[in-house]
Amino acid sequence: MATQIDDQRIIEFDVRTDEMLVNMGPQHPSTHGVLRLVLRTDGEIVSEVTPHLGYLHRCAEKIGENLTPRQWIPYTDRMDYLAGMNMNLGWALCVEKLLQHDLSEKAKHLRVIICEMGRIASHLVGMGAYGLDLGTFSPFLYAFRERERILDLFEEVCGARLTYSYITPGGATADLPKGWLQKCEQFLDQFQPIIAEYHALLTTNAIFIKRTCDIGVLTPEMAIDFGCTGPVLRGSGVDYDLRRDGEERYTEMYDGYAFEVICQKDGHYPKDHQYPAVPKDAVLGDCWHRFYVRMLEVIQSMDLVRQAMDRYSVASGDWGVPIKLATKLPPGDVYLETEAPRGQMGFYLVSNGGNIPWRVRARSSSFCNLSVCPEICKGVPIADIPAIVGSLDIVMGEIDR
Amino acid sequence: MAGGDGLLSKLKSKFGDQIVGANLEAIDPWIEISPDALVEVSRFVRDDAALKLEMLNCITAVDWLEVDPKKAAKAGFEPHLEMVYHLSSISKRHTLVLKVKLPRWKDGVEGEAPECPSVSSVWSTADWHERETYDLSGVIFTGHPNLRRILCPEDWVGYPLRKDYQMPLEYHGIRGR
Repeated sequence: MATQIDDQRIIEFDVRTDEMLVNMGPQHPSTHGVLRLVLRTDGEIVSEVTPHLGYLHRCAEKIGENLTPRQWIPYTDRMDYLAGMNMNLGWALCVEKLLQHDLSEKAKHLRVIICEMGRIASHLVGMGAYGLDLGTFSPFLYAFRERERILDLFEEVCGARLTYSYITPGGATADLPKGWLQKCEQFLDQFQPIIAEYHALLTTNAIFIKRTCDIGVLTPEMAIDFGCTGPVLRGSGVDYDLRRDGEERYTEMYDGYAFEVICQKDGHYPKDHQYPAVPKDAVLGDCWHRFYVRMLEVIQSMDLVRQAMDRYSVASGDWGVPIKLATKLPPGDVYLETEAPRGQMGFYLVSNGGNIPWRVRARSSSFCNLSVCPEICKGVPIADIPAIVGSLDIVMGEIDR
Repeated sequence: MAGGDGLLSKLKSKFGDQIVGANLEAIDPWIEISPDALVEVSRFVRDDAALKLEMLNCITAVDWLEVDPKKAAKAGFEPHLEMVYHLSSISKRHTLVLKVKLPRWKDGVEGEAPECPSVSSVWSTADWHERETYDLSGVIFTGHPNLRRILCPEDWVGYPLRKDYQMPLEYHGIRGR
């Protein structure tokens, strides 16, 4: 279903319309936080989109210049608040890279378990909220039902349900509690069959397909040019995942794990015979593909958690004792990116030899993903704007920092 | 690092004196170039068949200023602004760090933001990243299509990530400190 109108004259002959500026947000429910979009419209067709950001700006980078790295961990939670664990990991690895601090096997597997669970929780919200954007409420409830159980598991691990501050430079604040692995296993066993429900509710839903297929097509070249990462990049068919292609300090966490990067290669997704087929209207790089990549990543993450639990239970070493609160940082600068649920989350740390960083920088994945929105929203009907912005799965806390 | 040790000599033979310095021993090896050659070097590393650094990950401005006058003498650096560009290649799976040194203020006049050529014509990511750098660190990117504040309100005064930044006492009737 093509909605982009190639010949603009068709509208002009049909109805005479004036250009109008429409303000969307900052409280529009489909904007995933406080994002304001100013649309220049000609009738139903949007000719220009201007995002206005900064409503959640807290200058976290400036705060980072006044705290030690471990003290800054809670601030990383509050960036991408739907995937706090993954944000903790990014910063922890960055600090460890500067300190050249290596972790035991057990600590690495623990991190894989926690981060992949975090990815599932985050993608569930992404899926549910995307349903909301497109006008269906039920998937949101189904998604939150499962997410709740993940949050319960996280609560047992660290006491918090949203802002965890669990993974810290040096390891984690505590080991997994006794009996946690069994509970996690139980959850995964119960979660596995539910995926089919999600596919029935959204992936194969006729209305959903009509609203997302061939909408907001992002070509691989454009995605790379705008620095789009994560499911947005892979939804355009680019075979790139930092868990496999990233820096050694990060990929060694996943050493020996069996997983395939979720992206369409030669017209097929990995193991796609087990999941609903790609609708014939879908074009690589459209909203549907971005959504589908997320759904398949949920299944991939479940598999990774299972592998990690097996390894964790037999691994030797400690769970990773955190570094001292005011550890002296050697002079130098390091940059490290990790694969967070929303894309590549990078942290840059500059030190001049004190125990407080000289400069801290967070490269936000949603920030870059959103920057492509004015490009792909050109010439689409107003109703497609929530579909496109929602498919980028942005979190404003991370964009504004 | 992208291109290995040969990269530096390759860039030096092509751009000569514009390659100001390098540190290949650092954890993340970097190459420093002069601001005038930034766009040319960027375009070269993006298009060169062996480098293919088609993705710009991050632009950072680091303000090197010791505000405490007692420590300033022993700080070990002259006050300056450092631009850091983190690049990576998806096809070649490698990364590169470029650095550019700028004065803290243009012609030494306090409050006049220094200028740096914009690389938004090379990578579109730079568009928003440069707007953010302008907004928070106060660098004017010449040749940028739409250089205005992105995170702070448009009527904000000053550049918050500068080391000598003073929090405003009030903003539109809201108390600052």
